[in-house]
Amino acid sequence: MANLSVNIGGLELQNPVMTASGTFGYGEEFTPFIDINRLGAYIIKGTTLNPRQGNDYPRMVETPAGMLNAVGLQNKGVDYFIEHIYPRIKDYKSHLIVNVSGANVDDYAETARRLHPLDGVKAIEVNISCPNVKEGGMAFGTTTSGAAAVTKAVREAYPGKTLIVKLSPNVTSIADIARAVEAEGADSVSLINTLMGMSIDVEKRRPHLSTVTGGLSGPAVRPVAVRMVWQVAKAVKIPVVGLGGIMNGRDAIEFMLAGARAIEIGTANFVDPAVTMKVIDYMEDYCQRHGISDINEIVGCI
Amino acid sequence: MKQVKDFIIIDNCKIGEAYCKMRLAPADGSILPEMLPGQFVEVAVETPGVLLRRPISINDVDRQANILTLLVRNAGRGTSALIDMKAGERLNLLLPLGNGFSTEAPAGARLILIGGGVGVAPLLYLGKVLKEKGFEPEFLLGARTVADLLSLDDFKAVGKVHVCTEDGSEGVKGFVTAHPCLSEKATRYYCCGPAPMMKAVAKVARQNGVDCEVSLENMMACGLGACLCCVEKTVKGNVCVCTEGPVFNINELTWE
Repeated sequence: MANLSVNIGGLELQNPVMTASGTFGYGEEFTPFIDINRLGAYIIKGTTLNPRQGNDYPRMVETPAGMLNAVGLQNKGVDYFIEHIYPRIKDYKSHLIVNVSGANVDDYAETARRLHPLDGVKAIEVNISCPNVKEGGMAFGTTTSGAAAVTKAVREAYPGKTLIVKLSPNVTSIADIARAVEAEGADSVSLINTLMGMSIDVEKRRPHLSTVTGGLSGPAVRPVAVRMVWQVAKAVKIPVVGLGGIMNGRDAIEFMLAGARAIEIGTANFVDPAVTMKVIDYMEDYCQRHGISDINEIVGCI
Repeated sequence: MKQVKDFIIIDNCKIGEAYCKMRLAPADGSILPEMLPGQFVEVAVETPGVLLRRPISINDVDRQANILTLLVRNAGRGTSALIDMKAGERLNLLLPLGNGFSTEAPAGARLILIGGGVGVAPLLYLGKVLKEKGFEPEFLLGARTVADLLSLDDFKAVGKVHVCTEDGSEGVKGFVTAHPCLSEKATRYYCCGPAPMMKAVAKVARQNGVDCEVSLENMMACGLGACLCCVEKTVKGNVCVCTEGPVFNINELTWE
């Protein structure tokens, strides 16, 4: 059987398959359908320093081959996570990665600092790309200086453990942003977060989402994501994690060919809660069919 | 236990242009999982342009025949494709989801099950379960016109049925809240229908001091409490309708 293990900024994953933050809850919601121990890693819901109620309903609308969401980082805050959720989910064989967001640089750094001592948290993914919050989020991810400032502060607060920075596609040059966070010590970049979009109910003459705009995900964004992964993989030396509309194993391999060392599955979890297991199986089968002994061989071969 | 399961369509009867009653059996011949009245399923719709599963409430569970029934209203591309499906075709379901109605009540309790439009769907199974528990459930069913009154005979087989239509083509003319049976004493209302109707019923329940449970149908994606899209404001803050609901006691909600 082919080797599927990959290394993301010092973190060894048993296979390249991770779950995208915000689409997998805390993992527990999916235990009736999958064996979490088989995942490369599971990235859980965006966590902030203070609790957040998120945006008003309606937060979601289906769009052609995708969906728009405007959840707005609803979560109970990092302290609640550490006390109540972490103990329940820390002992899986696959790696737990916490997605971190904030309204300002200090919030990001403080959240990372509080997560740092937890042995069961193997890495953090810093979200500088959420389009659905008024302050912070994407504001940091759309300029090289903002992205660099968050990365620098979190790097200092989170030394010696794997730091992934999740990038926004809502920029003119994602490769420039990727270089900026690499220069400040990010161990890896993941991309893409959702594309900012909008949809209107023409009968009611009002937007479908309470926030007017939202983040587009699903197969509709995949070609954009593949292109950006390809560009970023050529621009940086750190490993790239690819995501954006991966619905099956074929799509996952496409991202790896474009330059992703690992991948995240997001919206597809809503359609088929067992999709992650099928993608891992597909990768094994793909390697066998193509005579590949190590999946790392195909990374960035385009 | 929640599961993803293939079903075979036993039959799919159109009711007028906009509705269908679909009877399903597990494709592998296995026994239907435990399902509570008020719970729902998420149906994968294999049609171009549809990505997400569609949440549909459980209309009936026939344990003896091992058949699950769904009542579907054409609300767009996904449900329209379901209405067009034929006997023998396969459907993939995620089930059972949500919490369900409470079926405990004092002996002799007067329980009124109030449905509007396709919102009548979960009340049939609820009525059957309540009847099995020794209650005499009554139904108050509302619709725009007589043609939108769904499966009346099914309800009549379970309990007394009161009817309201907005145009007066059947039963009392007007909204369900205008029906005289709501001015009589009752123990609990169970309500499922359009949001304005449920809010009106909740108001009547408060006025009459009657316990009231409503079933919400907020737009949702995963059905598992992961995406946080279907939230409803409650006294505990925003909660997922798919896991903490779809049934809420009106005291948990922040409705005026």
